[in-house]
Amino acid sequence: MLDGRPVRVLLIDLDKKKIAVEERQDLNSWLGGVGIATCLLKEHLLPGEDAFHPSQPVVLAIGPMSTVYPVVTKAVAMFKSPLTGELGESYAGLRLAMSLRFAGYDAIVLKGQAAAPAYLTISQRQVQFNDARGLWGLSTEESGRILRQLSPGGGHRSTLRIGRAGEKQVAFACAVVDTYRHFGRLGLGAVLGSKKIKALVIHGDLNIPITNPAQYNRVYEKIYKQLVETEIMEKYHGLGTTGNVEPLNALGALPVRNLQASSYPEAVNLSGETFARETLIRKISCSGCPIGCIHIGLFRRRFGQDHEHEYETLSVSYDHELVYALGTMLGLTDHRQVYALIEKVEQLGLDAISAGVALAWATEAQQKGLVPEQELLTRLSFGQTEPYLAALDNIVAQPTEFYRVLARGTWAAAGQYGGSEFACVLGKNEVAGYHTGYANIIGQAFGARHSHLDNAGYAIDQELIGKSPAATPEEIISRIIREEEERNALNSLIICLFARKVYQLPLVAEALSALGLSWKAEELLALGQKIYREKMALKKSMGFQPEQVVIPTRFLETTAIKQQLSPEKMQQLSRLMAERLSAYQ
Amino acid sequence: MPGKILQANGMNRCIGCYSCMLACARVVYKSYSPRYSAIQIRTRGGLQSKLAADICRGCLEAPCAAACLTEALLARPEGGVRFNRKKCVGCGDCAKKCVVQVIYFDERDCRPVVCIQCATCVRFCPHDVLSMEVRSNA
Repeated sequence: MLDGRPVRVLLIDLDKKKIAVEERQDLNSWLGGVGIATCLLKEHLLPGEDAFHPSQPVVLAIGPMSTVYPVVTKAVAMFKSPLTGELGESYAGLRLAMSLRFAGYDAIVLKGQAAAPAYLTISQRQVQFNDARGLWGLSTEESGRILRQLSPGGGHRSTLRIGRAGEKQVAFACAVVDTYRHFGRLGLGAVLGSKKIKALVIHGDLNIPITNPAQYNRVYEKIYKQLVETEIMEKYHGLGTTGNVEPLNALGALPVRNLQASSYPEAVNLSGETFARETLIRKISCSGCPIGCIHIGLFRRRFGQDHEHEYETLSVSYDHELVYALGTMLGLTDHRQVYALIEKVEQLGLDAISAGVALAWATEAQQKGLVPEQELLTRLSFGQTEPYLAALDNIVAQPTEFYRVLARGTWAAAGQYGGSEFACVLGKNEVAGYHTGYANIIGQAFGARHSHLDNAGYAIDQELIGKSPAATPEEIISRIIREEEERNALNSLIICLFARKVYQLPLVAEALSALGLSWKAEELLALGQKIYREKMALKKSMGFQPEQVVIPTRFLETTAIKQQLSPEKMQQLSRLMAERLSAYQ
Repeated sequence: MPGKILQANGMNRCIGCYSCMLACARVVYKSYSPRYSAIQIRTRGGLQSKLAADICRGCLEAPCAAACLTEALLARPEGGVRFNRKKCVGCGDCAKKCVVQVIYFDERDCRPVVCIQCATCVRFCPHDVLSMEVRSNA
């Protein structure tokens, strides 16, 4: 890490209530972030055991540039995913990376299982195991409020907690970080719940002196200027990610009503412009990011039918993926409906994308007669909010066999009840809010964690529109893999991917040099390739078989950017990708 | 022209990015840590609440400087202080005397983190929250 010092790893054993700090010089060649987290996961993982086995590790890590350079704001979590049974990898911002850095830890490995609900407070010189019995069962907001009151260091700490969904081990439960950010995808919340860990409060106020102020200040200012004085980041600050809703709808690339359509006229009511005009009240930032992409809207809700002039007001953060999964996928037509679902998902501590896609699938499954109403306990209907709110509660409470199965994910439910052909799921993970074409689908189906952010296939599709001659299948596969390799390099640092166009690898090398770390751009790319290979090998050890990847027919039925996708071409791309991945053992 | 002092009149526009804190720590205190900044941004009760800035209010005849026996801290005529680190012996009395309790005194290296009205934080604020102004009662 900084100045070539060894990577500092805090090991926490929940069974024995013991800790150890390891100085790991051997990890320095993996730089940080996803690089060191992959190594630590591999070291501690039980690949053949269940994701909820008490000895499975949870790894948190930051990189050498975390908080030290602008927009280097993410922390990574790695674990075995209870949703996919494979590689769990998720990123979160706000104050977590900063708190870890100045608590003096580059990574934390959490193993074992607490005897009773507990929360941990972690600082430079201390780890405390605290009783969380009084917090168990509380919403993410209320537990956050109590934890802030009980813990020192406001402004220099981060509070990571799970909701009721994590406690009940819903396979797509998230962990909320500092109210507005999340380790959303792949079920970290459920893994923490299985360990009976309600929360981690990390407090960091260590002084880390700058060793080369002149060089560091020069590079810092150069990067800062590019971020705030050019147009590169404006879209993230301006409308934010929901600025995508209307353009995707216009393209015919916005999944609607369980991807039965890829555009609809009502999308205008859920656009970034509508959210901003009607509701936007403020923006906030992760620590060390001058952009401010976290958009907070005012959700005003009437108490009920009997209270004509009584309202509650809630500050809710919105983003494209939430508006897609809890909006367009469910055929909603008004931004207030979306806020009601976002608020519910936040308080329960569910991943918004997986939750929305699961509800969309369940709606269609019920319409097709695959799930009886006495199992669903409600009548789901695209466009109707109330039944969805009830169903979200039921995914967590699990009162019937159907909800117990749905709590294991859409793919598990489709496996039992039928309807896998219209499950918007790739690699057992519910898909993100783009239907752009082949690269998007192949990218998520074969990405290391089946996330749209593995390789941004949705962006590759859009870049390839109208290209002449058309990209060959080999070119498409190579671009997907290359993008995933580069992203692994950035994720070892861990730069927010919104700033990837600023942080080109030569600039990253210059930035690292000012921290006493010697990396050339090509070495960073080679590292990204090495991490990608290692992750794929690890994934295979947990059971991933590239040649067995299934692409549900729904992805081919609905046009993507007005183009009918061909099963033959999809098969060809899948085969090519599986061949490329066969090298990684 | 009278000298100016730091003001945070635009706190309703603050996005909590900590760019000001990191700038002060980096440029003035040569630390990566936002704790080593003379300006501290905090929430009033979690991120759903408003943000607040704990800053030096630029007292005239600053009590922190009056408490400093070594004259490491000297009052500026326009409000606030100058800080000569070499003269500081680390007694911590300045922090105790600060009227608004914004001088951070770190027991680990026994030096105060105190605002010197240099405007570095203003330069790095991306949202026009901070400014240098003439004291209203100067």
